[in-house]
Amino acid sequence: MTSLALTRESIARVRPGPAVAAVLIALFLLLFLVVPVVQVIFVAFQDKTTGSFTLINFADFFQNDLFMRSFWNSFYVSAMSVVVASALALPLAYLTTRFEFRGAVLIQSLGIIPLIMPPFIGAVAMQLLFGRNGTVNLLLRDHFGISIPFMEGLNGVIFVQSIHYFPFILINLSASLKNIDRAMEESAQNLGCHGFRLFRRIVFPLAMPGYVAGASLVFIKVFDDLGTPLLLNVNDMLAPQAYLRISSIGIADPMGYVISVVLIVCSLLALWVSALAMKGKDYATVQRGGGGLARRRMKPLELVAAYAVVLLILVLVLAPHIGLTLLSFATIWSFSPFPDAFTMKHYGTVFLESGQYITNTLLYASLAALLDVVIGTAIAYLVLRSKLPGRQWLDYIAMAALAVPGVVLGIGYLRSFYDVPMPFTGQPLSGFWLILVFALAIRRLPYALRACTAALQQVSNSLEEAAENLGATKLRTISRVVVPLMSGGILAGFVTSFATAAVELSATIMLVHSQSDAPLAYGLYVYMQSAAGRGPGAALGVFAVVIVGLGTYLSHVIIERGRRERGQDH
Amino acid sequence: MNHQFSPTSLAAGMESVGVRIDGVDLSYGSHRVLKDIHLDIKPGEFFAFLGPSGCGKTTLLRLIAGFNTAQRGAVTIGGRDISGLPAHKRDVGMVFQSYALWPHMTVRRNVAFGLEERRVPRAEIERRVDAALDLVGLKHLADRRPSQLSGGQQQRVALARTIVIEPKVLLLDEPLSNLDAKLRVQMRQELLSLQRKLGLTTIFVTHDQEEANTICDRIAVMEDGIVQQVGTPQELYDHPANLFVAGFLGTANVLEGQVRAVDGGTVFVTGGGVAIPLPRGVEPGAEGKLMFRPQNLFIHQEDGRQDGEAPRAGHVRLVGVVRHREFLGASIRYAVDIGGQQVQVDAPHQAGDALLPTDTPITLDLAADKARFLRR
Repeated sequence: MTSLALTRESIARVRPGPAVAAVLIALFLLLFLVVPVVQVIFVAFQDKTTGSFTLINFADFFQNDLFMRSFWNSFYVSAMSVVVASALALPLAYLTTRFEFRGAVLIQSLGIIPLIMPPFIGAVAMQLLFGRNGTVNLLLRDHFGISIPFMEGLNGVIFVQSIHYFPFILINLSASLKNIDRAMEESAQNLGCHGFRLFRRIVFPLAMPGYVAGASLVFIKVFDDLGTPLLLNVNDMLAPQAYLRISSIGIADPMGYVISVVLIVCSLLALWVSALAMKGKDYATVQRGGGGLARRRMKPLELVAAYAVVLLILVLVLAPHIGLTLLSFATIWSFSPFPDAFTMKHYGTVFLESGQYITNTLLYASLAALLDVVIGTAIAYLVLRSKLPGRQWLDYIAMAALAVPGVVLGIGYLRSFYDVPMPFTGQPLSGFWLILVFALAIRRLPYALRACTAALQQVSNSLEEAAENLGATKLRTISRVVVPLMSGGILAGFVTSFATAAVELSATIMLVHSQSDAPLAYGLYVYMQSAAGRGPGAALGVFAVVIVGLGTYLSHVIIERGRRERGQDH
Repeated sequence: MNHQFSPTSLAAGMESVGVRIDGVDLSYGSHRVLKDIHLDIKPGEFFAFLGPSGCGKTTLLRLIAGFNTAQRGAVTIGGRDISGLPAHKRDVGMVFQSYALWPHMTVRRNVAFGLEERRVPRAEIERRVDAALDLVGLKHLADRRPSQLSGGQQQRVALARTIVIEPKVLLLDEPLSNLDAKLRVQMRQELLSLQRKLGLTTIFVTHDQEEANTICDRIAVMEDGIVQQVGTPQELYDHPANLFVAGFLGTANVLEGQVRAVDGGTVFVTGGGVAIPLPRGVEPGAEGKLMFRPQNLFIHQEDGRQDGEAPRAGHVRLVGVVRHREFLGASIRYAVDIGGQQVQVDAPHQAGDALLPTDTPITLDLAADKARFLRR
């Protein structure tokens, strides 16, 4: 035993490869994540003129009516989005886990369709469908003389965000419901409990960790989101305020940084609350061979009600997609339930005038995703397979990007790299397109890292040892055995990173230096600023949805194939 | 760890009831899981459903608890047909194989659950929970979470949670299968003493014949959805109704051959030409096999010499060759080839005894009256 341990240690000591990789990754994370964020925090506590430490900026923030209103608005919108999203997700999760329901496939698609459309893209379309003079309210007014303020002010943000983000709750809640062992429920029945009491006392508490995980994710996402309020012209929320401060007053103004710190603190708080709620509550109780909760067949009336609920939510979920598609083909769509006439001209406009948005997006997103899976695989390997001291910190720091809102990262990059001139041209480094790629890579790294870690965990250590035993070097082992076996997970991580990076707006909107370097999301934002640009904007949006949709589908196929192959191995 | 259940007030006031299962048939789709089951379990009896996995024993237990519904037949507890009652109204306590302790509740809350559902007054709940935890010796762990307990302790909590409601019948679904071997032996004795103390009619599902033999009054051996035989452990072992029961409880030697008539009765003639007298009632030409236990065989000569000495009265001489041997400690089990068929024989072992090498010729004496002719 001792001699074995000694040999292992000495091998680790003489091999420089992992250490070099770790240092390179640490440098990258330091330069493009830690420094910009620390910079932002630093400036928030700095006196604008003297540069000394001060709390005066925070005092200003809390005494400013607009900022305080923005703060409460952001809080209100996030909380209400959680409520509305829960109202959408709960019945669906309940239906799939408690009943033998043929519509379960429908519900699964309900969990994916919203995610393939970034909320800010659908926002304008939702305005046209549900706005004051949108389709629904025009029809309601004509037929019943009433109108519903779906999209008025903050309502609009809540409406759009909850439709987009409710799948997070649905997926997490369904997963934890499915993980409850049937015996948990049956033992309660055996002791005399049934019906709603059974749900309240046993099923719901056991599913609580999943719900809290989903709900806190929704809260953070909505709290940090910049694109949707901006597109809906709701500016008195925190993220838009941070953006507007920096873009209109300049990067020297401290308020944008103060708001950034507030955003980070709130994200961390929400994460902390969810961690607190989950602490010591690993309730995944399914035993080997034991299926999830008992399902029963629905009575006819229940079946009708179930389909009504599912169809209603399906209509809501499809609304942005339908609206966007209509808008992209519409000649004029204003003050009427449906467009006046249809045309292909917007697509022509997009391809002729703004092809660079699309090519830029494809370039940036694929580079960022490539960077993510390379770094993700390296970190996963270092953490799981090396004995490097402090290796865990690479994982922690990379995951910390989750708590950094896109707008904060954008501001941090501006602040950190604006004063650095590029070689030859002398332009600020922050405007260089590669910086955009790094921002996207940092933003998506946590997701890619988790995918890579999961993939590596499924590669048994002994497979590697077998290769080494047969004479392969470490590097050969990694390239010929480990990476091929991880390829499914890595590919899924790449595609997910690519698809989500392609529609990122929060960070990139701060960093786009010229139209010719701008990605699709930015172009969409620019188009949507004018009434005339809405058609081409929508066409661009359709393109974005197709990219994300294809990406999501591909990663699904890859993951499923991997699962099947593993299943056959056993 | 070595802990004995202490008697408490729990036992008082419980009246034992019987369980009757009448012509129960249960199918999942086209797969018939239970086939015309009839059982009569007496009040206060410790009864086992014994069989290999997939034989339907757990399905039958869950049917009594109300988690499965039979297509035909009825379940009666204490004279009352409960077939139509939902699970939560049946008042039968079930201990699940996985224990199914709720992780979000403390031990005390887990045990109190059933009483709370019965709207028992708070003070009485406290008293009865204390008594139940005392009974299983876990009062000092009442405020722990299930995840902080060992397997054996979780098992006791599950038991306390079930008996605290004073169920009419106690159902145990492989309750010992998640424990390690040593603890299993200890827990089964504790289960038995608890059951005796409470006088509670108990049904115990297991695939382990030793478990069933050691603690149960009677056993229903199940296979393929059919009750093969019901009886005390000794009856089943000594007088198995068929080859399945014979093989499932203990080791069985099974010989193939033909039943022929001879002067003064019938004999079973093996392929090797050995004739073994059969009891009355087996007609010549009957289809079946001969079964006997390893201890029904005695080694006559260890070197297979034909010394001309006749076998003792009632014994039949078998001649064979040692094929395998297993050292079991107290005895040595030899597999002996007799004319193409294999039998197992146990030889008692004393320190210093040498094992017979394989391929040694050997002669055996079979106590013919212990052999049983089984038709299937």
